Amino acid sequence: MGLFQIILPYLLAGVSVGGQYALMAIGYSMVYGILRLINFAHGDVFMVSGLIMVYMAQALPLYLSIPAVILLTVLLGFAVERAAYKPLRSAPRMSVMVSAIAVSYLLQNLALYITGGLNKNYPAIPWVSDSITVLGATTKRVTIITPFLMLALVAGLVVLIRHTKIGMAMRTVAKDFETSQLMGIKLDRVISFTFAIGSFLAATGSMLYFSNYPGVIPTAGGMPGLKAFVAAVFGGIGSIPGAVLGGLIIGVCESIIKGMDTVLVHLGLIRSPLELATFSDAFTFVLLIIILVFKPTGLFGEKTTDKV
Amino acid sequence: MTKKTHRLTAAALLALMFAMIIVLEQIIKPTDAAAMLLTVLKKSSVYALVAVSMNLLNGFTGLFSLGQAGFMLLGAYTYAIFTIPLADREFVYQYYDCVVHFSFPEALGSIMGGFGALLGVALAVILAGLVAAAAAWLIGLPVLRLKSDYLAIATLGFAEIIRAVFQWGKLGPVTNAANPLKNYVRLNFFRLSIGDTTINLSAFASVMMATLCIGAIVLLVNSSYGRAFKAIREDEIAAEAMGLNLYRLKQLAFCISSFFAGIGGAMLAMFANTVQANNFKAAMTYEILLIVVLGGIGSISGSCISALLFIFSSEWWLRGLDSGRFLGIAAPSVFRNGFRLVVFSLIIMAVVLFFRRGIMGDKELPYAAGRLWGRLRAFLAKADRKAGEPNG
Amino acid sequence: MAEAVLRLEDVTMQFGGVVAVNDLSLEVNEGEIVALIGPNGAGKTTAFNCITGVYEPTNGRVLFHGEAIVEGYPQGRMRAQYKGENLGKYANTIRYTPDRITRRGIARTFQNIRLFKALTVFENVLIAKHMRARQNVFSAALRLNAKEERRMRDEVKLLLDAQNLAHLKDHVASSLPYGLQRRLEIARALATGPSLLLLDEPAAGMNPQETQELAAFIQELREEYKLTIFLIEHHMDLVMKISDRVYVLDFGNLISHGTPDHVQSDPRVIEAYLGVADDAED
Repeated sequence: MGLFQIILPYLLAGVSVGGQYALMAIGYSMVYGILRLINFAHGDVFMVSGLIMVYMAQALPLYLSIPAVILLTVLLGFAVERAAYKPLRSAPRMSVMVSAIAVSYLLQNLALYITGGLNKNYPAIPWVSDSITVLGATTKRVTIITPFLMLALVAGLVVLIRHTKIGMAMRTVAKDFETSQLMGIKLDRVISFTFAIGSFLAATGSMLYFSNYPGVIPTAGGMPGLKAFVAAVFGGIGSIPGAVLGGLIIGVCESIIKGMDTVLVHLGLIRSPLELATFSDAFTFVLLIIILVFKPTGLFGEKTTDKV
Repeated sequence: MTKKTHRLTAAALLALMFAMIIVLEQIIKPTDAAAMLLTVLKKSSVYALVAVSMNLLNGFTGLFSLGQAGFMLLGAYTYAIFTIPLADREFVYQYYDCVVHFSFPEALGSIMGGFGALLGVALAVILAGLVAAAAAWLIGLPVLRLKSDYLAIATLGFAEIIRAVFQWGKLGPVTNAANPLKNYVRLNFFRLSIGDTTINLSAFASVMMATLCIGAIVLLVNSSYGRAFKAIREDEIAAEAMGLNLYRLKQLAFCISSFFAGIGGAMLAMFANTVQANNFKAAMTYEILLIVVLGGIGSISGSCISALLFIFSSEWWLRGLDSGRFLGIAAPSVFRNGFRLVVFSLIIMAVVLFFRRGIMGDKELPYAAGRLWGRLRAFLAKADRKAGEPNG
Repeated sequence: MAEAVLRLEDVTMQFGGVVAVNDLSLEVNEGEIVALIGPNGAGKTTAFNCITGVYEPTNGRVLFHGEAIVEGYPQGRMRAQYKGENLGKYANTIRYTPDRITRRGIARTFQNIRLFKALTVFENVLIAKHMRARQNVFSAALRLNAKEERRMRDEVKLLLDAQNLAHLKDHVASSLPYGLQRRLEIARALATGPSLLLLDEPAAGMNPQETQELAAFIQELREEYKLTIFLIEHHMDLVMKISDRVYVLDFGNLISHGTPDHVQSDPRVIEAYLGVADDAED
């Protein structure tokens, strides 16, 4: 078996999971761009979206449950913002961040209560969840669909932000929170809209993500959420291409590290596995720290200077 | 009241508290329902210390760090590794050849007996703090130049990296990889045997350790260095213009905070029966942050009170919510597993939204008690006047 | 002639393509009160920030009592973008952080008052004493530095008495009225034990009465603390009354300097402040 044959499945999985991270990262990035808030609850919205799908699929046919899941997730994102962040608009940043952590805690505990902490099997979506063979590597069709779907959604989002009125309002708010209000922009509407878009992308990401995994548990959103945030920081917070690139890089790196032992053994560089897979999650943070040290605003971030 | 009487009152109250704990520990049997009180007391002492150590950074120095769980992990492992009896190592390190053949309590105990063992435990605890502080120093080199949220996410990242390193199979001979460490010296080690009677001191020891450490932090906060930390929190640029070396002081605050988080980790190890890297997740840091915020950012007594309330309600008072019966209402279909945490997170949410400054704001207990006393006196005086008035 | 207390040599500060301060050279001699004036956005505060180490000047050098405390030349990407003069004249990078510059004896106030808001007046001033105290974190925490701590507190008490702020010592800084906050900021700067005091718009937001008092106060400071004072100011009557010499900046360029009378009658200065004469005629 050639090196390419060994790496390919990892690469495919990496691009796929990276695309899913990217979808979530955009939500983090947009919210941070506007509110300067790490929305810690975003990962849990992602998880809840997965759970909604589990329960919906039991009651409704798929062609109804998919739009219903998206709608409910968007509502959830909207509700979280209205209930937990809006009242704290003028509060210090740390309070809002703590509120985000509290929401995350609440959503996880609610999920724990409702599911009883058990793993809930994610419904198989026909066609999407089918196995296929690409260049000799067996994988699910979702793996191949993810990057394309992600890019299509991002293209739509970019058009929305560049060419619509609400998109312009979003850009204005991100540039200058206070002045935009003076210009007659309805801040609350823009913020709600941002959360709605973020949640919509998270819902899509969640369907793609959980189709690749056996099921949903209450803590399933934590790690992907953190990684997606890191992806957003890595690409430069506030930048959509940055979030996409960050997500892909992190997804691919994570996946490659999982296969690193096999590759190194194959190349004859090591004789016994180094158990590097332990670091597949941690490596994300290594990347984060490297970028923060050398380019603190991320790959595509804008530089800001403090005024003295 | 003068400063001196203040101090005397505080000392008297502390002495009273310790006496009560010792007495309770002798009366309550492990099978009693009230035994929960002692368990919860021990756990809250750990959380109080860790919360105060986090407050030193987040509340007093204005550095938003989320690495607490990582430093606790370092402390817990250091402590456990250096107190497992040599004879038990083969059993604990089931799948690896343990390379650390040293146990502080055993080494010193063999020379000085019981006192030596105690000293050994103390040394292991201090070493736990030092290891965490040393790691903090290294981590601080790159990350302390970052601002607010970036610092938070970078420290969180380091905590995750530390957790992965300790689970790495190749480090198994030292850390036992993903397997738990056990049989190290736990809280039940603290007891006095005089003839046939045994005086149990485990809760006392835990609270005592936390009190000593928190006391040290209080002294630090009220010193010239504490003022310098607060200056950095208030305005970094002005602090620098006052001749304060930002980087050095931040590094100092970070190391000190981590030192105490490491000791907190060691205490958590003593409290629990096993140490396992997987328990020191970001969720633990979030819990501690919530405690700090609920107590009031910048208030040490607030962190302590809030740690007590947090642990008492999550581990004890709200237990009924999980087991079918709460406040006399039996509703097993609602009060089932997990309901306690839901109610608990709703309470936290409410506090975060509606009592933004937490229990104490940035004030300390003596101040609040003084205000309360003042109000009470004013109220009594008023009542007195009213009573004195004719036809009142 | 004795070495100037402060000397700027060819200081240029460029942010990206924007030249905020262009080739500024000036000196402030022992015991002088020197003013730096200019319209808004002329680069005055930027010049202060270059002196105190907040910014790293793109090119040029700052000397304090004859010793270089700041020196820089265009490096990296700036090399291609550099628009100033004197390229190649400086080849060293000397950069002290603001705290080290304060330690050497340059204290400053800020245009938009930067007090430690939640701390008391007393604590605000006490913090300035930290850097020179003989203590370490252990001796401070364990109260082994009691003597040092008492000395610091006594010095601050004396200073607050002298500045007529003693009766406010336990008030939270943010609760003081504006004028007193400015006074406190100056007191705090004095507590660092400077030989050169930089004041960034000390009279901003003051009425004529308060400005008059401030003028007298600044002159007193010079006598009492043997200070050299370099200030940025907009209130011309204040500047003209107290300064020995005046430098005028416009769009980053030094357009005039000399005695207050000389500067006041310089056509270029009038032009900078009142707009170009042609404009008025058009």
